[in-house]
Amino acid sequence: MAKMKLPELASVIRSKNSGPYELTLDVIFKDKATYEAACRAQVINKTTIAKLYGIGEEDVISITLFAPANAIKATIVRPYPSGALGETDVYGAQQHAPLLNLEVEIKVE
Amino acid sequence: MREYRVLSPTAILGYGFPEESFQAGLDRKPHLIAVDAGSTDPGPYYLGAGVSFTDRAAVKRDLELMIEAGLQLDIPVVIGTAGGSGAEVHLQWNLDIIKELVLEKGWQFPLGVIHAELERETVLQAYRENKIAPLHPAPELTEAEINAAERIVAQMGPEPVMSVLQQGAKVVLAGRAYDPAVFSAGALLAGFDKGLAIHMGKILECGAIAASPGSGSDCLLGTLREDCFIVEPLNPIRRCTPTSVAAHTLYEKTNPYVLPGPGGILDLRETTFTQLSEQAVKVTGSKFVPAEPFAVKLEGAKRVGYRTVSIAGCRDSIMIAQIDHIVEAVRERVADNFKKYGYQYFLHFTIYGKNGVMGQLEPNSDITSHELGIIIEAVAETQEIANTICGFARSTMLHYGYPGRVATAGNLAFPYSPSDFKAGPVYNFNIYHLLEVVDPLALFPVEIMKMGEDQ
Repeated sequence: MAKMKLPELASVIRSKNSGPYELTLDVIFKDKATYEAACRAQVINKTTIAKLYGIGEEDVISITLFAPANAIKATIVRPYPSGALGETDVYGAQQHAPLLNLEVEIKVE
Repeated sequence: MREYRVLSPTAILGYGFPEESFQAGLDRKPHLIAVDAGSTDPGPYYLGAGVSFTDRAAVKRDLELMIEAGLQLDIPVVIGTAGGSGAEVHLQWNLDIIKELVLEKGWQFPLGVIHAELERETVLQAYRENKIAPLHPAPELTEAEINAAERIVAQMGPEPVMSVLQQGAKVVLAGRAYDPAVFSAGALLAGFDKGLAIHMGKILECGAIAASPGSGSDCLLGTLREDCFIVEPLNPIRRCTPTSVAAHTLYEKTNPYVLPGPGGILDLRETTFTQLSEQAVKVTGSKFVPAEPFAVKLEGAKRVGYRTVSIAGCRDSIMIAQIDHIVEAVRERVADNFKKYGYQYFLHFTIYGKNGVMGQLEPNSDITSHELGIIIEAVAETQEIANTICGFARSTMLHYGYPGRVATAGNLAFPYSPSDFKAGPVYNFNIYHLLEVVDPLALFPVEIMKMGEDQ
């Protein structure tokens, strides 16, 4: 098992608002086998997301495995609601960046 | 086999669509044309200030093609979340565009108008009766917040749209609406399954974004049957795949299996996506589970002040190394200079090249860029105070003598003259809550206007 960066395994890595108070992160894996390997290895869990974003695990609202899209989704509490004073990304579309550097170890069967 | 076909021309009214795709959709003899005109994505300003985030001429262009086609085929055209935020001022803005088109084109049709802005007193009373709950993680509501809101809208479900369609409306202009409401209302009247109709609406509301390659300015056709629905793009360069359609179900949602909406949840735990043809995907198994009591979402925005911004760049490595210290020193100078006036203000420095995009979520603490982009922002209770604070922070930062400075002529590169921009009123979302209702129609008064007859 070699370490790989998430973009080598995924076709989509994105962030977006889910309403003004939440930010949702989608990772869509390249194929079913990769998705299943990523799920087995739990490459995205509450701890990895909390570490990547420097937030507490209690602010990671959910991690959802969505097999129909070969996707793992994480939703976090926005540090500021969309458009609030001090907020930096109204649409929440550029908050995926830390996932691009995530190193994971998976075994695709 | 009974079918109900819905044509979605574009993701947002005013985002446009190719006429060839639209005509290909019309050739399939749709039963309804629907479009979503709104979103909370562009932030609280548009609801608060009462303006549309889409351009008037672009909205008029889309509506001209859609209404003309609807009248020709004698099928309803339904517009949801008029004017982008769906409050009364947004609804009137869009109504004005339709009236202008009616005059220009000589059209005649009954227009169904559905209002979605609530009287403040209605919201206060519901609050006092404990009928309002926050949508996690929004904060608890208070009477002060309700009173501070510039305007409050409720998100209608399909019921008010069904009502005006039953009353004979050929075009429906709805205020704030749950996105799938306008796409599903006709099919629900025709007796189709609510889970499938709502899920099809959820996919159609973003136009061809659910196709591959995706597009927010191209058409998607949905065909609803008794036990499934089929979605397909109308532009030969695109196709829907199970992954592209399923991936769209994830988009902007917290949990893709359980999607709350007015009056219940859409349950996708048993949904399947299968490739039906080269371009089309078949979806089955989506269920609507009614919730008791019936609840709708409220949205409100309040004014928090007026903003002035100044945009500048910095290319000096000695200054870049000390940027945090310089920002703090400028803050202190501003506070000290105006201390006797008691100004209340928010002064913020967005530093691109450091953490301008991610703010406190930014994991990198080192600056590796050879240049920084700096936005100095002041928000205060009047535009004049915001101008004063921003302008003073800008001039202080320009000439601040930080330790080791060698570039004594100035610290900032301004791309523009004037360097400061008045951005006007600033709003925050302050209501994002659920309201319990007894009657899903009662909050949303409807009227039928005879367009083109007595104007």
